[in-house]
Amino acid sequence: MDAIILQILNGLDKGSAYALIALGLTLIFGTLGVVNFAHGALFMIGAFCAVTLSRLFSLSHEVLVPGETDFLGNPKTKDVPYIYDWFGESTGAAIIDWSVPLAILFAIPVMIAVGVIMERGLIKHFYKRPHADQILVTFGLAIVLQEIIKYYYGANPIPTPAPQAFAGSFDFGAMLGFDPNTIIYPYWRLVYFAFAALIIGAVFAFLQFTTFGMVVRAGMADRETVGLLGINIDKRFTIMFGLAAAVAGLAGVMYTPINSPNYHMGMDFLVLSFVVVVVGGMGSLPGAVLAGFVLGILESFASMREVIDIIPGINQVIIYLVAIIILLTRPRGLMGRKGVMED
Amino acid sequence: MSKTNLTRRGVLKTGAVAGAGLAVPTYLSAASHSGFTNAPGDSSVTLGFNVPQTGPYADEGADELRAYELAVEHLNGGGDGGMMSTFSSKVLDGTGILGRKVEYVTGDTQTKSDAARASAKSMIEKDGAIMITGGSSSGVAVAVQALCQEAGVIFMAGLTHSNDTTGKDKRANGFRHFFNSYMSGAALAPVLANAYGTDRKAYHLTADYNWGYTTEEAVKSSTEAMGWETVAAVKTPLTQTDFSSYIAPVLQSGADTLVLNHYGGNMVNSLTNAVQFGLRDKQVNGKDFQIVVPLYSRLMAKGAGANVKGIFGSTNWHWSLQDEGSKAFVKSFGTKYGFPPSQAAHTCYVQTLLYADAVQRAGSFAPCAVAEALEGYEFDGLGNGKTLYRADDHQCFKDVLVVKGKENPTSEFDLLEIVEVTPVDQVTYAPDHPQFQGGALGTCNNGA
Repeated sequence: MDAIILQILNGLDKGSAYALIALGLTLIFGTLGVVNFAHGALFMIGAFCAVTLSRLFSLSHEVLVPGETDFLGNPKTKDVPYIYDWFGESTGAAIIDWSVPLAILFAIPVMIAVGVIMERGLIKHFYKRPHADQILVTFGLAIVLQEIIKYYYGANPIPTPAPQAFAGSFDFGAMLGFDPNTIIYPYWRLVYFAFAALIIGAVFAFLQFTTFGMVVRAGMADRETVGLLGINIDKRFTIMFGLAAAVAGLAGVMYTPINSPNYHMGMDFLVLSFVVVVVGGMGSLPGAVLAGFVLGILESFASMREVIDIIPGINQVIIYLVAIIILLTRPRGLMGRKGVMED
Repeated sequence: MSKTNLTRRGVLKTGAVAGAGLAVPTYLSAASHSGFTNAPGDSSVTLGFNVPQTGPYADEGADELRAYELAVEHLNGGGDGGMMSTFSSKVLDGTGILGRKVEYVTGDTQTKSDAARASAKSMIEKDGAIMITGGSSSGVAVAVQALCQEAGVIFMAGLTHSNDTTGKDKRANGFRHFFNSYMSGAALAPVLANAYGTDRKAYHLTADYNWGYTTEEAVKSSTEAMGWETVAAVKTPLTQTDFSSYIAPVLQSGADTLVLNHYGGNMVNSLTNAVQFGLRDKQVNGKDFQIVVPLYSRLMAKGAGANVKGIFGSTNWHWSLQDEGSKAFVKSFGTKYGFPPSQAAHTCYVQTLLYADAVQRAGSFAPCAVAEALEGYEFDGLGNGKTLYRADDHQCFKDVLVVKGKENPTSEFDLLEIVEVTPVDQVTYAPDHPQFQGGALGTCNNGA
């Protein structure tokens, strides 16, 4: 029982990341009809927003350490962040410690700008082209973005820890009456799950309860009619692209303490996110979220030792296996709408 | 009555014609090649540096390349000579190799076996490289070593830690200076027993490929010999990035020690995840929970950040060593590049010097002559103390370093501290040890 609860918890936070990325993918596909293979790169750029901010906070100047020498025998210097000079050591250290949550504020405008530039600069020229062309150009863009990040930040993962206040893990086992230590879960992953739930809720509320959202939904259903009514749907769709980029970016920012970000992290998530979108049903936002969590949890169960012992290698194929089964039984995915990508 | 036409003039004529006839093919063949692949001309010799320049190990590859460039500079008489002044062999004099200026070409392994073979092949066939060296993965090393054997050039392995490189996949044309999984296990086990006791329950997470298997086997057998029990050993996919679903069940299993047989990005992520789960703050079986990383590299430690503090592992070399060779290398590398070299840089630099030295001693670039000069060769002054290139398997035997993540690092390069220098006797094994069985060196190949 405790093992099951543990793997559900695990699946929830993995599912959160899948759901957030798939949500953005579906938003873009639903509004603009573009299959965006550069979406993983947006997730990665978000993560590097956190890295960049933490580096900006840590910008420092060298101070001589009297009486000590470095590895070459030269006088030793130590780096003192400017932020210590400006705010004092304890406040400065606290700001650096909290750089990941603070990066949310930094990432939102950056990601919206990146999204809008991407859409206006490149992707809008591919609206009327076949999906295959869109896939090729966005995939190429993803590789370019990835290489740019690698050029500036290197190929090695860059540790970007969560604030000290969230270090360690919560003992669910003790709370639920099991033995202590049987169900432990890191605080930051709980934060990640709550954050994902919040973002997903906000996106749905935005689409459901605002006029802007209503127009976008109408545009998703019938773009031509909305245009004929005199509404500039293209402009709204551009904003939606920026919003989808921001959602992916925020997912990336908050993910940095879970795994040290590297230039490749977007690609690692991209393929799985597409499977999530297809399983959820192309163009269905609730479907993307549902499939994200379902596949996340299934993946966790498949990596249990007891399961691998019975079916070796299942942990590597489970998502694709489930995708095949779902698509065979429900060709439009879990919550797919009729007519999407069927022309 | 018989009559012979033997005259002095006739014998001389016939002899001259026969002699010329015999000499012509020899002369022609000598002109076309010297009996081995890519025989260098009189002025220069080309070495092929095959390192990951793209992909996940690009940073490690960049450090290897820095070391190679430094070695070439020193061989050609530039810089301060680095370890050439501390090397026990004194035949290298800064005039290149056998009087030929050392030049080099580079290839990109991408840490993929097929890409590495393709780049090595291109360096051998198009650029005329007489020796291939480098790499940051055992899969690549084994693949390129086999290619060099077929092509008839020497392969001086870079960073490769799997037992198989000098075990079941060993080749007569391949040589490894870097240590291996068995040595890591043999060096680590006593230190672990000393620090954590002999009554421990270990849980292994192992990268699902060749290096992972040999490391798991090595650490398992040497810790079990010390009295530890292995509770479980779980294979994790090489492409895994989030290890939470593998780490979460560790505490439930009753294990009190987690061994991460992971390298590179795998290690950075699994260790970060394990620390996030608070494993190191837990008490199991009345003992503090511990994590062990059998193979450390500085670049990985950098990626994992503060998570490496206090965690034991092993390494081939570390820049803080105080022997004359290490000091000389750190000084010339540090002066040229501004930071201390990594263990990958060290092994690559040393391999280049060892190759050049072997050619010089053999008086020939022919791979079989070079191999003979390296086999059973004992040397010192290259940073690891007295070292033997064992003839049976072309593996270097030297002291192994057990290190620990530093509690208070003073810089981004000062992440590990040396806990023990395990003497070579303790990590030496028989050539037919079960972990190295299968395969044979075969005979050396001079190629063309």
